[in-house]
Amino acid sequence: MQRSWAWRLSVTDLYLWAFRIVVLAVVIWGTIGTVAARRYGGEVWIDFLVFGMSQGSIYALIALGYTMVYGILRMINFAHGEVFMSGAYTAYFVAAAFGRSGYLDRNPVVSLLAVLAVAMATSTLIALLLERVAYRPLRQSPRLVPLIAAIGASFFLQYTFRGFFGSGFQAYPETQVLKGTWAIAGVNILRTQAVVLVAAVLMMAGLYAFVMRTKTGTAMRAVSEDKEAAALMGIDVDRSIVIAFAVGASMAGAAGFLYAIVFKQVHFFMGFVPGIKAFTAAVLGGIGNIPGAMLGGLFLGIFESVGPILFLEGLGIVAPYQLKDVIAFTMLVMVLIFRPSGILGERLMAKKA
Amino acid sequence: MGSALAGRQRRPWLEATQKGLIWGGVAVFVALVGMVEIFAGREIIVGVITLGLALPVLTVLAAGYQGALRQAGGSAVAVLARGALAGAMVGVAVAALVALGSAVNMRAMFVSASPGMFALLSFGRGVSGIPLIVAGAAGAGAVGAAAALLPGSARRPLVAALAWTLGVGLFQELLQTMLHEGAIQTAIRELFFSGEGLSARGALLVFLLVWAVSTVWMRRGSAVRQWHGQLPASRQRTLRVVSLLAAVAVLLLVPVAAGPFLSQVFVLVGMFALLGLGLNIVVGFAGLLDLGYVAFFAIGAYTVGLLTSIGEHGIAQMSFWSAVPIVMLVSLIAGVLLGVPVLGIRGDYLAIATLGFGEIIRILVLSDFLRPWLGGSQGILAIPKPMIGGFEFRGPEQLFYLTLASCALVIFVAMRLRDSRLGRAWMAVREDEDVAEAMGINLVNVKLLAFALGATFGGLSGAIFAVMVGSIFPHSFQLLISINVLALIIVGGMGSMPGVIVGSLFLVGLPELLREFAEYRFLVYGAALVLMMQLRPEGLWPAAALRRELHAANEIGHAGPVEAPVGPERPVGG
Amino acid sequence: MKRSRIPIALVLALMLAGGQYFVPAAPAATVGPVTDPVGVVRIAKGAPLTIAYWMVVAGPDASLGTDTKRGVEIAIADKGGKLLGHPIRLIGEDTGCNAEGGVTAATKLSANKAIVAAVGSNCSSEAVPGAPILWKAGIVTVSPSNTAPKLTAPDRGPTYDGYLRTAHNDKVQGRVAAEFVYKSLKLRKAATIHDGSPYAEGLAGVFTETFRKLGGTVTAQEAISPTDTDMRPMLTKIAAGRPDMIYYPIFIAAGGHITRQVKEVSGLANAKLMGADGMFSPDFMKAAGEAAVGMYHSSPDLSPEALGPAYKVFLDKHQKRYGEKPLAPFHPHAYDAANMIFAAITKVAKKDAAGNTYIGRKALRDALFATKNFKGLTGTLTCDRFGDCADPKIAIYQTLSADPAKWDPGKNPKKVYP
Repeated sequence: MQRSWAWRLSVTDLYLWAFRIVVLAVVIWGTIGTVAARRYGGEVWIDFLVFGMSQGSIYALIALGYTMVYGILRMINFAHGEVFMSGAYTAYFVAAAFGRSGYLDRNPVVSLLAVLAVAMATSTLIALLLERVAYRPLRQSPRLVPLIAAIGASFFLQYTFRGFFGSGFQAYPETQVLKGTWAIAGVNILRTQAVVLVAAVLMMAGLYAFVMRTKTGTAMRAVSEDKEAAALMGIDVDRSIVIAFAVGASMAGAAGFLYAIVFKQVHFFMGFVPGIKAFTAAVLGGIGNIPGAMLGGLFLGIFESVGPILFLEGLGIVAPYQLKDVIAFTMLVMVLIFRPSGILGERLMAKKA
Repeated sequence: MGSALAGRQRRPWLEATQKGLIWGGVAVFVALVGMVEIFAGREIIVGVITLGLALPVLTVLAAGYQGALRQAGGSAVAVLARGALAGAMVGVAVAALVALGSAVNMRAMFVSASPGMFALLSFGRGVSGIPLIVAGAAGAGAVGAAAALLPGSARRPLVAALAWTLGVGLFQELLQTMLHEGAIQTAIRELFFSGEGLSARGALLVFLLVWAVSTVWMRRGSAVRQWHGQLPASRQRTLRVVSLLAAVAVLLLVPVAAGPFLSQVFVLVGMFALLGLGLNIVVGFAGLLDLGYVAFFAIGAYTVGLLTSIGEHGIAQMSFWSAVPIVMLVSLIAGVLLGVPVLGIRGDYLAIATLGFGEIIRILVLSDFLRPWLGGSQGILAIPKPMIGGFEFRGPEQLFYLTLASCALVIFVAMRLRDSRLGRAWMAVREDEDVAEAMGINLVNVKLLAFALGATFGGLSGAIFAVMVGSIFPHSFQLLISINVLALIIVGGMGSMPGVIVGSLFLVGLPELLREFAEYRFLVYGAALVLMMQLRPEGLWPAAALRRELHAANEIGHAGPVEAPVGPERPVGG
Repeated sequence: MKRSRIPIALVLALMLAGGQYFVPAAPAATVGPVTDPVGVVRIAKGAPLTIAYWMVVAGPDASLGTDTKRGVEIAIADKGGKLLGHPIRLIGEDTGCNAEGGVTAATKLSANKAIVAAVGSNCSSEAVPGAPILWKAGIVTVSPSNTAPKLTAPDRGPTYDGYLRTAHNDKVQGRVAAEFVYKSLKLRKAATIHDGSPYAEGLAGVFTETFRKLGGTVTAQEAISPTDTDMRPMLTKIAAGRPDMIYYPIFIAAGGHITRQVKEVSGLANAKLMGADGMFSPDFMKAAGEAAVGMYHSSPDLSPEALGPAYKVFLDKHQKRYGEKPLAPFHPHAYDAANMIFAAITKVAKKDAAGNTYIGRKALRDALFATKNFKGLTGTLTCDRFGDCADPKIAIYQTLSADPAKWDPGKNPKKVYP
């Protein structure tokens, strides 16, 4: 057993190295091919980056919910994508009412803020209900039990919304102020994208300050480190967990709102794919880590936007954008091979596993 | 709900009201989600009650039963009154919905809030039906409370009889199809069913029959158990073997007795059981959370497709039987290749990395890039059915045996694996990787073997899938399959092989049989998963129970080499 | 010792049980006044006449099946819920838009001897394995939304003898679209996008083939996933080829995203846009907003005089019954499929003195294949001998106003070709 142990270890190591080299070679070869073809000018590459960043910041905002909950409970809240959906979907009814009455264009800031507030409130409400009904009773259970409950809750929420509001989609009304582009530093940026980027950065900074600077935030971090010890220190563990859920969900609600003003369409299944992507982003950045979620989201968005064209087109692969998730997930695996707990992940996995 | 105990003793009436309102919320939910109206045409007992109406009635009964709070004491009248109060609260909630629906046009938001639904809820009277709703609900609540008052020995047969009647009403289409031909069958069918459902007479018969049997069992059941317990151990074992053989015989007869549809359902259950058994090795034994298991299912199916198809994408036109070993080998290699990069990744990081692999495989087989070889979205067609001699596995009735044989084989292999040195190493890794490594277990080997063997079983299931359908499309390999397989091994009881079977019967078989819920399948599925995790987090057939049973068998003096006992097992590892 | 014997016993039992499964082909059946080589359905007086649907009514693609199912339901309601004095009973199965769902649904339906005919399936991948199963049980099925050419190709084989469709073959529509772009708009450079569905991939493929044959250049053949939302990077890539026209025969959700985002990508401001009937619906206007103005769609020719009003009436009924607009484009095809079946049943059904009805399965199948000049919502239907019934007249429409309320095919979107 011992001899073959050493032998096989080296083979797997070789394979791992071969894997890394092949991926890197493909990336480099493809990049050279694409760049050498000179099909795209500098401003086009900036477009790709901006598109990627705006998509990425939505991923990042959703990823914050995964990260908050994971950080404190070590639990993947699989239904988080549906929390995002519920906010965007419910706020649609408010936005549509504003749109019909013309209030949206007369007082765009007030009405958009109201829509945002409804989205955040609904998402928070749904997440708190979820926590109370589905997750709290399972807090002492083995790790996979809450995961399955979360998967069940995810289906339940999707099809509840479908039953309530129909299986078609709804379209948010256009807002005149958000149409067109702004020229920022010589680059034309879509207004919606600028709003999304700024809002996302602000919210994440606020959240970071909340977690790092306030007393509640400190309590949450303490609970995340060690529940028993935190309880002994007089911290209300339940309350901290509820706040983590609420804050994460309100970020998802805000993401839902931003998603809706960029993409307009909402429907009952809209949360699933962004949910998976945000989960990926959270892991990419180091799950449980707030700046990590932001970084992971941006990374993922940019890879999805730039990757297919930069790495694949140069290789002569047809329809590269069909393969953008292949790129995203391969990059994820690459990052995890080099840094098994994500880009900014703390080295606490070994302790927790 | 432990904290509720204090409240119960203090204010039972308030709590009855609360219970009633919660169930009222359920009733309103069921109505708004559209179930009441959709199922209004679906008769459970012809001319008596439709499924659409049965749902709110059941919520009222449940409210009455729960709101009665028998433990809180008080006279029988008080208990009944509390039940009526809880029931009335459901009525009030429904009445509020009816009143709201007639005042504003709720349909701008809730698509199911149609006039038809309000008519159904208010017995066709609209707002003027509100007193009737509340009164009726209070009455039904009292009935529920009365059930709570009965002693357990009287209540259980009643509940069983009610459940059976509802069940027969729900499964009527299936039962009627099964009883379609033959004189005796026709006679039975006509006795119980009329047209589209259980007849009133049939319902009464089922109810009485189940009630009688159940009552007798309540009286005599303990005596039978006692008799069984007093038998000598060898006789008990004989009895077990006989019942096992009987079960096998029944299984073998399924296609003959039940026809193509049930066979098809069993083929699907078997396919998912195979997947579950494979994933169980990875997740249940070795504790590696894999959310991309569908990758191997796809690899198996596509390998069979490529090797055996007589259509344009076939490369070898092999027979199924010569393709199967290749399929298993290819899946095994795929398991190793996909396993190696994620060896160092732990816990939930592993989950998302494997999920990525599942998606990568699906996108690749769908892609235009590989379309010339794999068919892209148009799939691979013309996959012939397997043949043995002159016997063709033509339809579900024949494929059933193929699936059954594969399951038996895989169960056998998995059982031997679990009890082997490797199996114990897996469990050690599952319990604690670091300690396992310190004990001299080679993590790389052990983990890779788990991935590879799990992948092989998944590939085998994919092979059966390919011949069952006869054509494969990328759309069949969604993430949903991975999730479903994971859910079924958890629901069955993690690490337990009978659990996998029970889990796939429950999560694959039952939804197939309850296809009438078509549009609400996932709603019910989701709710069932959440409830299951609350009520039985250890699964329907947890591994520990099995272990105890095996342990008992060992003590009796089981022949053959007895393996070193494995330490007490946690039902679900981390 | 004991253990090793069980597998052998199992194999033996398996072979024994399997051996009796060489069932001979069903002989010609004579029931009542009808003799039919495939079988006869007998419906007792007053008993319901069963029609089945097999569509995707659950899961992420549910809107497609819900939409076509509603088409069938409205067709039944238009008959007053009765045919030949029997109440029409609609039962059905979810197919999940995948092959295995198609197999399971078809197997379940085929076990039910009361089913006269079926409407379905939605996705071509369901019909490929499912239709033969149904026909083996003598159930003829009419699909409202399968468009894959192979389903009605001359080499489809006898197992598909019971399969027809009111959805039109991708071949026709893709060709007309390419001809319009090349000959009528006189554009020479086009790009295509599909979403990985057999429908869109087929259409985009036929378009490319025809367009190249005519002498045009296809600058890019892209693909997305139906759940994608951010199309801008992909569109930026397309922009590099400077196409005059982007052809994306996909569905409403992703199509709406593309339509909106094209205008936001530099280099595509003047590119013309074209979709297919997969998003020819008022709902698409909602999805794409103002960006839909000027866009082209290929769709069956709904001439406003004859068929337009009928469709409007249909839409009103739909709104009244379901409280929402149609969810997908194939509800009129489903409506026509159901009515075609009803017409064929009326043609072949025989009654005996007691008022029982008899329907020969082969006769019903032949009557459906013989459908000629049938006036439906989607045009005038005539079935060929491989089961293609859709009106091959494809027209091109241009959207003038993006207000869903002004939806009136012919005027808006305006018919521009032929």
